[in-house]
Amino acid sequence: MGIKRRKFLKIAGISALGVVAKPVRDALAVANPIEWLDKKLGGFTPFETLLHLFHRPVGYKPGEALTGERWAMVVNVKQIDEEIADACMEVCHRVHNVPQIDNPRHEIKWIWHAEYKHVFPGQKHEHIGEKYKHAPFLVMCNHCENPACVRVCPTKATFKRKHDGIVLMDMHRCIGCRFCMAACPFGARSFNWIIPWPRERAGTIPRFRKDKEPPNPEFPTRVKGVVEKCNFCAERLAKGQIPACVEVCQEAAKKKGKEPALVFGDLEDPDSEVRQLLRSHYTLRRKPELGTNPNVYYIV
Amino acid sequence: MLEKAFVGGRKYWILLACLLGIMGLGFIMWLWQFRVGLGITGMSRDVSWGFYIGQFTYLVGVAAAGVMVVLPYYLHHYKAFGRITILAEFMAVGAVSMCLLFILVDLGNPVRALNVMLHPTPTSVLFWDMIVLNGYLFLNIFIGWNVLSAERKGSPPPNWIKPFIYLSIPWAISIHTVTAYLYAGLPGRGFWLTAIMAPRFLASAFCAGPALLILLCLIVRKTTRFDPGKEQIRTLGSIVAYALILNVFFFVCELFTVFYSQIPGHMDHFRYLFFGLEGHGNLVPLMWLAFALMTTAIILLVIPACRRNEGILTVACVLTVIGTWIDKGFGLVVGGFVPNPLHEVTEYWPTVPEALITLAVWATGFLIISVLYKVATTVKVEVEVGG
Ligand code: SF4
Ligand code: SF4
Repeated sequence: MGIKRRKFLKIAGISALGVVAKPVRDALAVANPIEWLDKKLGGFTPFETLLHLFHRPVGYKPGEALTGERWAMVVNVKQIDEEIADACMEVCHRVHNVPQIDNPRHEIKWIWHAEYKHVFPGQKHEHIGEKYKHAPFLVMCNHCENPACVRVCPTKATFKRKHDGIVLMDMHRCIGCRFCMAACPFGARSFNWIIPWPRERAGTIPRFRKDKEPPNPEFPTRVKGVVEKCNFCAERLAKGQIPACVEVCQEAAKKKGKEPALVFGDLEDPDSEVRQLLRSHYTLRRKPELGTNPNVYYIV
Repeated sequence: MLEKAFVGGRKYWILLACLLGIMGLGFIMWLWQFRVGLGITGMSRDVSWGFYIGQFTYLVGVAAAGVMVVLPYYLHHYKAFGRITILAEFMAVGAVSMCLLFILVDLGNPVRALNVMLHPTPTSVLFWDMIVLNGYLFLNIFIGWNVLSAERKGSPPPNWIKPFIYLSIPWAISIHTVTAYLYAGLPGRGFWLTAIMAPRFLASAFCAGPALLILLCLIVRKTTRFDPGKEQIRTLGSIVAYALILNVFFFVCELFTVFYSQIPGHMDHFRYLFFGLEGHGNLVPLMWLAFALMTTAIILLVIPACRRNEGILTVACVLTVIGTWIDKGFGLVVGGFVPNPLHEVTEYWPTVPEALITLAVWATGFLIISVLYKVATTVKVEVEVGG
């Protein structure tokens, strides 16, 4: 017991030193301290950071977070097959404890695949090539720069995060009016029509996970009657991880020696991978004419 | 004055008992919905608003229509309407109460409803809708009650109430305009994305509301000793005629733009409603029925001889109420969601529990109207007999 405790203190002390020393060294080397601070705080305001001293989001460690000014996703449809599309859906819905519901009326989906004519309904024509016609286009919330869903929400339960442009949902504030579902032109939002967790075992097993795997404790649960949608894995970014679906695609690509199907990055950073792809490929966005300015791009 | 509501004949109590019975049944259904979620309704991921919001929209119109009586009386000194302003105002009270209840039963998390006030969001039309609806409810109770009290004492309404009355006129327009804006500002829903939405809403409100008021007046005449008056009903009939024609005209304007421009995103919703889309056409017969009813009503109402015949007028009013109800309480909401943004067709049909809850809310509204009308007519009769 004693040894364990001493060892623990030692490790803690050393890491604390490391944590303190490195930022100090970095701080002396940077030109713009405000930018540096912002980066160190993981995009949170100093006030939020102060709050985190008392109430820290699960798994959040300041300084480790991935930060960007405008997160975006590039979907390389050429690299997507059913298998990878299903893997993306599976991992996303698992890490976010999304209930699996068979009834399509009550279905909850954050990311799914659809055919070209559904993803780009204004662009369909009868002579489109077979390989595009039935290709599985991955779709999700576009994290629009000018999101209609945020504008209409009467409680600010859905909001756009100022520092990185992610459109988030507070499932604990949402009153379930579903105005946002009517407003989103991309069908990105799902509503909890039925109880997502069994009452008697609240918090143990998401009701509809068929593999009976325990829930991911690092993602909050929800109640019935709230809206939910893709959050660009904000909870993972806070820990320095890339979105789960992107990670799956990267691993699959490495195995097969191909390019990844999903690429995630900061649109404001000219050297980011997404910016490079946007420079070298012709890309499409869904319904750009509506002016929501989606941050998900498609290479077809 | 409220004590008048507690003295009544057998029929009055039977009516109240029936309404309470329906309310009770609906309340049990609502408890069930509250426990297991909105999944017991026919709504779905694709058609995320249904019957509840449809009724809400329709009833906002009915409520706003009170202005059609208040305005001629107070602004144009059309004396005849003095007899029925109170009926119009109390009908509005019942209608707005139903609106608020429909919103409440539609919420996924009704216990959090106050979040709308705790986190006020001026960019949200729903936030404004909440303000104007509650304001309108207050105005109508306040004005109606005070004017009626004054009348009972045999004195003209106090002068300080006048500003509230004048305020209630634009306020009535505002409730329906704001409700139209709930729909008309959403990108990607071609069916609703039209500037004529608010005018269309007002036109359908000003025919459905007065038509309902005529029917209520006729019931009042039959069941109480108070007669709302022949001239009053006749004038209301003309209002219904004009508004109904305007309503259909606005709709034709909409049809022209949509079908002449041939823009699929706008056209497909109409095609779904009137012809069916990809083999789905639940609503097709209903929509044609709605327009058949409205057209028949117009024909009956524009022929002066028909309109002046109270029997035919009654029929025309029933047709108007049902026609506009299908058009606005059903087609308008569901049509906007089919096809969905990915151009897939998911159909909607209300379930039994959903219909029962809806019925219960209507019953609540009619209970409020019955009680208020009871008070109003008793006072009116007292004054007439006494004076
Ligand atoms: S895709 Fe829909 S839900 Fe996502 S930000 Fe845009 S409007 Fe909102
Ligand atoms: S359903 Fe929830 S998130 Fe959507 S608009 Fe209503 S309160 Fe906001």
